[in-house]
Amino acid sequence: MELGDKVLKGHIRSIGKAISCIENNRPEKEQLIDYLYPFCGKAEVIGVTGSPGAGKSTLVDKLIKRERKLGKKVGIIAVDPSSPFSGGAILGDRLRMQNHASDDDVYIRSMASRGHLGGIATATADAIKIFDAAGFDLIIIETIGVGQTEIEVMDLADLVLLVLVPGMGDEIQALKAGIMEIGDIYVINKKDHDGAQKLYAEVEYVLNINQSENDKEKNPIILTSANLDEGIDDLVKCYRDYFKYIRCNNILEEKRKKRIVNEINHIFTEKIISEVNQFLHIEKKINQWVKNILHEKVGPYTLINKKIEQFIKEFKEQ
Amino acid sequence: MTDIVRILIAKPGLDGHDRGAKYIARALKENGYEVIYTGLRQTPESIVKTAIQEDVNYIGLSLLSGAHNELFPQVIDLLKKNEADDIVVFGGGVIPEDDIASLMEKGVKAIFTPGTSIKEVISFIENNEKKNK
Amino acid sequence: MSFDKKMDEKFQKWESTTLKKVTDRFPERKQEFVTNSWIPSDRVSLPKSSDLENYMEKLGLPGEYPYTRGVQPTMYRGRFWTMRQYAGFGTAEESNKRYRYLLDQGQTGLSIAFDLPTQIGYDSSDSMSIGEVGKVGVAVDTLKDMEILFDKIPLDKISTSMTINAPASVLLAFYIAVAEKQGIAKNKLTGTIQNDILKEYIARGTYIFPPRPSLRLITNIFDYCSKEVPKWNTISISGYHIREAGSTAVQEVAFTLADGIEYVKSAIATGLDVDKFAGRLSFFFNSHNDLLEEIAKFRAARRIWAKIMKEKFNAKNDKSLMLRFHTQTGGSTLTAQQPDNNVVRVAMQTLAAVLGGTQSLHTNSKDEALGLPTEDSVRVALRTQQIIAHESGVTNSIDPLAGSYYVENLTDIIEKEVWKYLDKIEKIGGMVYAIEQGYVQKEIQDSAYNYQREVEEEQRIIVGVNKFTSKEEPPRDILKVNPNLREVQIRKINEVKNSRNNEMVQNCLKVLKEKAEQPDLNLMPFILDAAREYATLGEICGVLRGVFGEYQESIVL
Repeated sequence: MELGDKVLKGHIRSIGKAISCIENNRPEKEQLIDYLYPFCGKAEVIGVTGSPGAGKSTLVDKLIKRERKLGKKVGIIAVDPSSPFSGGAILGDRLRMQNHASDDDVYIRSMASRGHLGGIATATADAIKIFDAAGFDLIIIETIGVGQTEIEVMDLADLVLLVLVPGMGDEIQALKAGIMEIGDIYVINKKDHDGAQKLYAEVEYVLNINQSENDKEKNPIILTSANLDEGIDDLVKCYRDYFKYIRCNNILEEKRKKRIVNEINHIFTEKIISEVNQFLHIEKKINQWVKNILHEKVGPYTLINKKIEQFIKEFKEQ
Repeated sequence: MTDIVRILIAKPGLDGHDRGAKYIARALKENGYEVIYTGLRQTPESIVKTAIQEDVNYIGLSLLSGAHNELFPQVIDLLKKNEADDIVVFGGGVIPEDDIASLMEKGVKAIFTPGTSIKEVISFIENNEKKNK
Repeated sequence: MSFDKKMDEKFQKWESTTLKKVTDRFPERKQEFVTNSWIPSDRVSLPKSSDLENYMEKLGLPGEYPYTRGVQPTMYRGRFWTMRQYAGFGTAEESNKRYRYLLDQGQTGLSIAFDLPTQIGYDSSDSMSIGEVGKVGVAVDTLKDMEILFDKIPLDKISTSMTINAPASVLLAFYIAVAEKQGIAKNKLTGTIQNDILKEYIARGTYIFPPRPSLRLITNIFDYCSKEVPKWNTISISGYHIREAGSTAVQEVAFTLADGIEYVKSAIATGLDVDKFAGRLSFFFNSHNDLLEEIAKFRAARRIWAKIMKEKFNAKNDKSLMLRFHTQTGGSTLTAQQPDNNVVRVAMQTLAAVLGGTQSLHTNSKDEALGLPTEDSVRVALRTQQIIAHESGVTNSIDPLAGSYYVENLTDIIEKEVWKYLDKIEKIGGMVYAIEQGYVQKEIQDSAYNYQREVEEEQRIIVGVNKFTSKEEPPRDILKVNPNLREVQIRKINEVKNSRNNEMVQNCLKVLKEKAEQPDLNLMPFILDAAREYATLGEICGVLRGVFGEYQESIVL
C-alpha cells in the first residue's frame, strides 16, 4: 500500500493525505488503518483539555519546545468546533504554535469536530495511529474546550492534563460534579493572575475529598504561566514521572487495553448499524414508520423490536 | 459524501493589516469551509509547510505592504519543490494592475483587490471545485 | 409646568399630528437610523433643562477641565493645527527629498514613515526583510541612514513625528545622535514617537517583545525624556489603527484610553510621579466619515481622559489632564474604485477632526488604496487642510458645535459606552491581560465582520463600490518603489560595518545585554551609546530579543 508505506517513512505530505482520508471517511480508510496498525503503540499520547481561554494552545506550544529539546518528534492534533449551521470551521489553535512551523519534527494538524460531540473529532483516534505509525514519539491532543462533556479524550490519551485558570468561576463546580475524573494532572495556568493561589487551594480541597490517603496515587497539581513560560519544566517533570508511575504499575497497559475494548465496541456498533440500515433500508422506510407511530399509535419500542426480530429471522434464513 | 474543502489563509511578510484576512477566514467558515489561519509574519517556508501538514486544497495569501512580487512567487516555487503544486494559490490585497498579470503567469490562480465581494472569492472556489470533479 | 414636561408634551403632540400626517403617506427611508458605529440616531434631538444645569461640569470652557470644548483657550484663533503629512519611502535620500518638498509647500511638521523591517527591528539584510525594504516607509538600518534622512533639515526648527513602536528607543536614539552631530542640544528637540506597543498587539502588528519588557522600554523613555528631552512627546497613544482594524468609534476611544491607563499605571509602578510624565502623553485618533459622530467622539475622549487622570491617578497639573491628539483621516474609508471620490471623503473627515479640536492632522491622499501616493495627490491632501483652515470659517469660533442637541447627546452616549468597556477591562485585570486573552481583538473583529457584511448585503452604501459604480480604466501613475532597494541598503550596511569601530560596537552591545537583564535599569543611555557607535538597528534589537524573547500573537477568531 503506497500511502501506508509513505506514512511509515514519515513522509509529511502523505501523513497529511492519510489524515484527510480518515477525516473524509474515504473507502480506503479501513485498509490504511489496518495496514498501519501493527506499527502502532510506541507513541505516548497526552490529552490537553480545559475551558476556552485557559491557554491550552500556548501551553502546548511550550511543551513542544521542551520535548523538542529532548529530541522527541511531536505530533499535535488540535480540535476546534465546526459550525453547526454551515459545517465550516476556523482552525486557529496552531497560530500559537507557529514558532515550530520550520521544524520538520513537529507536525501540527488542525481538526474540525465535524459534528462530533465530546471535545474531539471522529477522526482523532485514527489520526493518532497515523502519527504513531509515522514514528512520532509524543502525540498531544488539544480538545475543543467547551466544557463538561469532553470526556472522550480520556479514552484516547495515556494521560490527560486538565488546564484550569483563575477567574472562570465555573471550574470548581465542574470539579465537584465529577469532571475531575478527566484529569490525571491538574494545571493551574495563568498563575500570575489574581486568584491562582485560591484556585490551587480549592482544587486541592476537592481532590482530597475524593482521593485516597496514599500520596503516590494523588493527582498532582501544577502552577504554570504559559505566557511567561513559567512552571513548564515542573509540568514536564510531573508528567514524565506520571508516565513512569503508570507504566510500572500496569496502569498504562490497562488503559490501553480498555482503549482497544472501546474501539472494538465502537467499530462493532458502527458496522452493525450500517449493516442493519442497509438490510432494512431504514432511510427509505423511516417515513412509513413515523406514520405508524403517529397514526396507528404503535409504540416505538414495539415497532423497533418487531423490525429487529424480522431482521434476525431473515438473516438466519439467508 | 464529498470531502470538506480546507483553505489556508496566510499572511506572508511583515505586514500587520489582517482585517481583510480575518474577514475572509470568517466568511469562508460561514460558507462551509474549514479555514486554517496562520497569523502574521509567515515566511513562504512556514506557509507551505503548514499547507502540507494541514493538507489544504487552497492557500489564500493576504498582503498589503507591497511585497507580493517577491513573496507570492516564492510560495508557488516552494509548493512545486514539495510536489504540492496541486494546492491552488490565490491572493488579495493592495496589488496594482500591472503586477496581477505577472503573478498569474507565475501560477497564482486569482487576485482579489480591495472592494472585492466575498461572493467572488466563493464563486472562484466553487468553480474550481467543479472543474476538479 | 417644568420645561422638560412642556417639551415632552409638545413633542408627543408633534409626533401624533404633524409627523404622523407625513409618515402615514410617506414612510421614512429606513425603520431605524444609526450612526456609522451603530449608535441609534434620534429623529430630532431636543433640549433638556439639565443641559444648562450640568453645563459647567460636562463642558466647561476651552482650556479648562474637563476640556470637552478644547485644550487651549484660543484654539485655532491662536494658531492652526499642525499640518503634518506622514511620508517616507525607499531610501533615506529619496525620503529626505520628499520632506524638503513638503516643508517648502508650507507643511509645518514632519511625520516619518518607516518600512516594516525597521518597525520590527530587522536590518534590511535580514532574510525576514525580503520584499519589504523601503515599501511602506523609509528603510533605516543605522545612524548613517538617519543622518541622510535629516540632511539639511535643522532639527531645532521643526517638530518630527516618528511612527515607530517596538524599537522606538532605538530610533529616538538615532534622532538624538543626529541632533548631536548637527550641534543641537537635546532639550531643544520637539516631536513625537508613537511608542504605543499595546495597540500593536491589538491592531497594527509591528510588535517585537512580549508586553512586560515592552512596557519597561516605554517607561524607560518616559523617564529619560522627562530629564533629557523635556519637549518630546514620549508616546502617541493610538486609536487610529484600532479603528482601521474595524472597531466602532466607541471601541476606538475605549481601547485607546484603556491603553493609556495601562501606560500610566506602569510608569507610576516604576516610581515616576504622574505629573512628571503625563503632560507629555499624546493621543492619535482616526477621523471617519460620520461627521457628527466623529466630532462627538473627540469631545467625549477629552472629557473621559481628564476624568481618568484627575480621579483615578490624582494628577494635579492641568497639562496632565489634557488629551492632546493628532488625527489622521481614515485610510480604510478610501476606495480603490473611483479614487477621485476620496478627495471628498478626506475633506469631510478633515472637517470632523477640526471641529473636534485636533492638535495636528494628516490627510490621506486619494490614491492610497492603490499604492503609495504620488506627489500630486499628496499636495491635494495638504491643500484640503489649508482650505478648511483658511476658507471654511469653522476655525473662527471654538468648538462651534457645542450645544447642538444631537452632538451633545452623542457625546454623552459615547462617554457612557466607553466607561462600560473601561470597567470591563478593569475587571479582566487591565489591558495586558485583556489583550493576552484576545478579548479586545475579538471585540474589534466582531465589529469589523458586521460592518463588512452590511457592505456585502448592501445595507451600507459605499459610493462607487456597491452602488453608483462605473466602468473604470485601471489606474495609472502609481508610484513604485525600486525593487532593488534591499541590495542598496545591504551595501550601505556593509560600508558602515567596514568603517565603524567594531570592537566598540561589540562592547556596547555586550553592555546593553547585561543591563537589559536587570529589569530595574533604564536602557536608554545604553541604546544611545550603541547608536552613536553605528550599531545597526537589527543588532540592537537582536540583543534585546535574546533577553526579552518575542511576542506570540493571540487571536480568537
